[in-house]
Amino acid sequence: MCAAKAKSFPSPYDHKAPAGSEGWQALYPYNLVFQDGLRAKEDEKFWFCDSQHWPNVFKPFETIAVEFASRNLGAYNTRHYIVPPANGIDYRIHNGYNYFSPVAVAPELIAARVPHFLERAGYYFQNWGTLLENWRTKVLANIAEMDALTFEPLPDMVPMETITEGVGMDPSVTLFENYDRLIQLAYRNWEHHFEFLNLGYVAYLDLFGFCKEAFPGIPDLAIAKMVSGVDSVLFRPDDELKKLATLAVELGLTDVFAAGKDAAGTLAALADKPKGAEWIAAWEAAQDPWFNYTSGNGFYGHDVYWRDSLDLPMGYIQDYVERVNKGETLGRPKDELLVERDRIANEYAEALSPEAVETFQGKLGLARAVYPYVEDHNFYIEHWTMGVFWRKVRQLSNLLHEAGFWEHPNDILYLSRDEVRPVLFDYASAWAVGTDPIGPTYWPKEIARRTAIIDALEEARPQPAFNAPPAQISEPFTIMLWGITTEQVSQWLGSDDDDPNTLSGMAASGGVVEGLARVITSPSQLGELEQGEILVAPVTAPSWGPVFGKIAATVTDIGGMMSHAAIVCREYGVPAVTGTGKASTVIKTGMKLRVDGTQGKVTILS
Amino acid sequence: MSNQKYTFAFDSTDAATHDRLGGKCASLAIMTSAGMPVPPGFAITTDAFERTMYQTTLREHIARVLDGLDMNDTADVDARAAHCRELILTQEVPEEVRDEVLLAYRALMERCGGEVAVAVRSSATAEDLPDASFAGQQDTYLWIVGERATLQAVRECWASLYTARAITYRAANNISDEGLSMAVAIQKMVNSRSSGVAMTVDPSNGDRSKIVVESSWGLGEMVVSGEVTPDNFLLDKVMMSVVTAVISDKHEELVPTGRGTIVRREVEPERRVAPSISDAELMAVARLAKAAEKHYGTPQDVEWAIDADLPDGANVLLLQSRPETIWSQKEANVTFVSPGSGIEAITKSMLAGLNLS
Repeated sequence: MCAAKAKSFPSPYDHKAPAGSEGWQALYPYNLVFQDGLRAKEDEKFWFCDSQHWPNVFKPFETIAVEFASRNLGAYNTRHYIVPPANGIDYRIHNGYNYFSPVAVAPELIAARVPHFLERAGYYFQNWGTLLENWRTKVLANIAEMDALTFEPLPDMVPMETITEGVGMDPSVTLFENYDRLIQLAYRNWEHHFEFLNLGYVAYLDLFGFCKEAFPGIPDLAIAKMVSGVDSVLFRPDDELKKLATLAVELGLTDVFAAGKDAAGTLAALADKPKGAEWIAAWEAAQDPWFNYTSGNGFYGHDVYWRDSLDLPMGYIQDYVERVNKGETLGRPKDELLVERDRIANEYAEALSPEAVETFQGKLGLARAVYPYVEDHNFYIEHWTMGVFWRKVRQLSNLLHEAGFWEHPNDILYLSRDEVRPVLFDYASAWAVGTDPIGPTYWPKEIARRTAIIDALEEARPQPAFNAPPAQISEPFTIMLWGITTEQVSQWLGSDDDDPNTLSGMAASGGVVEGLARVITSPSQLGELEQGEILVAPVTAPSWGPVFGKIAATVTDIGGMMSHAAIVCREYGVPAVTGTGKASTVIKTGMKLRVDGTQGKVTILS
Repeated sequence: MSNQKYTFAFDSTDAATHDRLGGKCASLAIMTSAGMPVPPGFAITTDAFERTMYQTTLREHIARVLDGLDMNDTADVDARAAHCRELILTQEVPEEVRDEVLLAYRALMERCGGEVAVAVRSSATAEDLPDASFAGQQDTYLWIVGERATLQAVRECWASLYTARAITYRAANNISDEGLSMAVAIQKMVNSRSSGVAMTVDPSNGDRSKIVVESSWGLGEMVVSGEVTPDNFLLDKVMMSVVTAVISDKHEELVPTGRGTIVRREVEPERRVAPSISDAELMAVARLAKAAEKHYGTPQDVEWAIDADLPDGANVLLLQSRPETIWSQKEANVTFVSPGSGIEAITKSMLAGLNLS
């Protein structure tokens, strides 16, 4: 092989913003944009676009998720467990998209971190079960407290009890405090998000490294399959819908669902049926917590959660009822998955010497013990916590919309979270003074200006990376979470002998299929997917669950073996190639594709 | 192919009993059912032999010829043995036996897409013959074409029970001719479009989770002798996926003519650099190699071929499987950076700077 030409991605400083988006930097916190004064330092670093988690341009309020997530990922590596070779992952927003740069620990500092890591991470591994139970308690308490927060319009007069009980404060106090508390509680659960996750990965990587030594060339997919669980809570919402569909058929209610009405219409029709009440009771029981489930990934204010949009789960149920009626048995093949998982582990064990088997079984056992968290946390934080969070944000936004601050109910998303506090004060102050707030004059124009900028940014797909990649990418989290490997990056840079009709990525979920592509760049397009098509997307979310029953394969731009798309595809037995870098821009809807999820190859056939 | 009294298809799901099939045929049937597809064919059972011997005058006739034989008179033994064989070779096969054998033969031809050459081999029930072994280098008639020639070769096999050596052997070991029997294997001659070897351990490092497949055009001799650089594939044995694939320039091939001779010829330019095996065929080779390892309980070194006459999906054949001898005796020489498990092991592997890609 000849030496690769020195290639580099552009500098973010030379990467211009699309026309009409000038001044976008001011929409985001100063510390999240590439500052002119820091060019030399920032250009030293390699930045990759995390379109896996943030496929769309941020509205100002939405930076909260990347800030809380990235800060806390870093905190656990850097300050809690003192992970010897890795600090956190630095983050920037450029032209509206999110970029990450892993921060390695200087080689001479690594040794001193080891004893701390052994003591701290060791404690968590030893006490995994009790600490995890404690985690659940903390996380659920925060969700419950968040759920209880309310945002009410200020009344014409304070209630009489404020007088009689000598409260001496008006409801603006609660309004301010509830907003602050909402942000605080979200922050707390993002802290907890990473309490176990990083440790789950290092245990996994220990097994991973061993397997790569013992079985050179072992597919990453094989290792993932050996540890993955089959009853993660992440799949429970979809399982609940399947149960409801099965119940509908059992109760003889098929006709009601066949009518294809919206949720309200279906429920009204059910009320007239003798056994309808029984079904409705089951439907309501399933909602808390399982309908705290987004069709996005929890990071955007436009994410639609089932609880807030019952037509969505009802539509899935209608599809499932039809399938049950056709005699199909719904549900993931849990028993088969377990048998397959054990077959794979046993066959690899058989290929080892007795001493090596002991090491293998030890590492596999630990990886399996900690792995469920890697899947489960996603439901508790991204779905449940963030579902409640965004609902509360929308309630507050709507209150201010009705008070005349902005034109659309969700326009609060065009403000940063720190700009909301003065708006609340404006609202409460004018209410107190007995005059009109200033915001209704200021914000509609400003929001229109910001909307135009965001829309202009949305016109361009993100640049996959900035600056020169390091010779070797070895930071484990970067590889496992984002599928960013040395090979992957050079693929993105593109070599001259590349076959333009072949894309390579991670062999995330095995199998080979051919079919027609459907490119989906936002969850709202999911309805366009037809049975047997190949889903091509910048990224997928696990909550797209119900569509995995009808697609033939999945191809994504970004994502590693542990990405949500990879996990869900393995669960559903759908071939997947993740981390192709550019599938969603190269492939067009209607193209015929061959997806080889075992080899990580996508071929455009026509 | 359905099984009847006088024939038994190798891919039958019925129990392959040694009594009816003899060692060779029983082994072929067992291999087929264990996922090791040998070249297709069928057994002519011991019932067919017995029917021919006992329901004609043949058995009495032979007994009379051998009556009072002096084993020390080698010239007489030779003469009488030849007489016995002549009797068998000229004996008309009873109609019901012949009909059934021809039915099975025609079914085999149909499966092979037309008339092809077969191999006809004796399949003894163990103790009747001096060299009886399951590997079965007994009487073998290759490149037999046509019904008449096939039936004749079957009689030749039967007649081999009465070589002078066989008769002497039985006498010396007090084995009575009573119950003497033989089955015969009729098996397609392989018409190798491509062939090669497979090993169920990576010979470069002893990794037993791999299968190495080498493949080239035509017969496998050139792969084995190293006269051609074959296509080389490394597969993961557990996941059955390709880890690496190297397609080589395969300049020459040996091709069977179908009449027992072989031609050596140059491979035309576009085929030289094309893969000599399709993805599906490669998987079939890997599957049969894995099945052989499982069946014999130790890493195997396998010879295989892809038959040009057989339809896709049924064209990958196992020719021979023997134990791999180098790595089976020792363990893979891997030193793990982080033996054991738990936090210490995690730390050690983290610091070793995993080569994760």
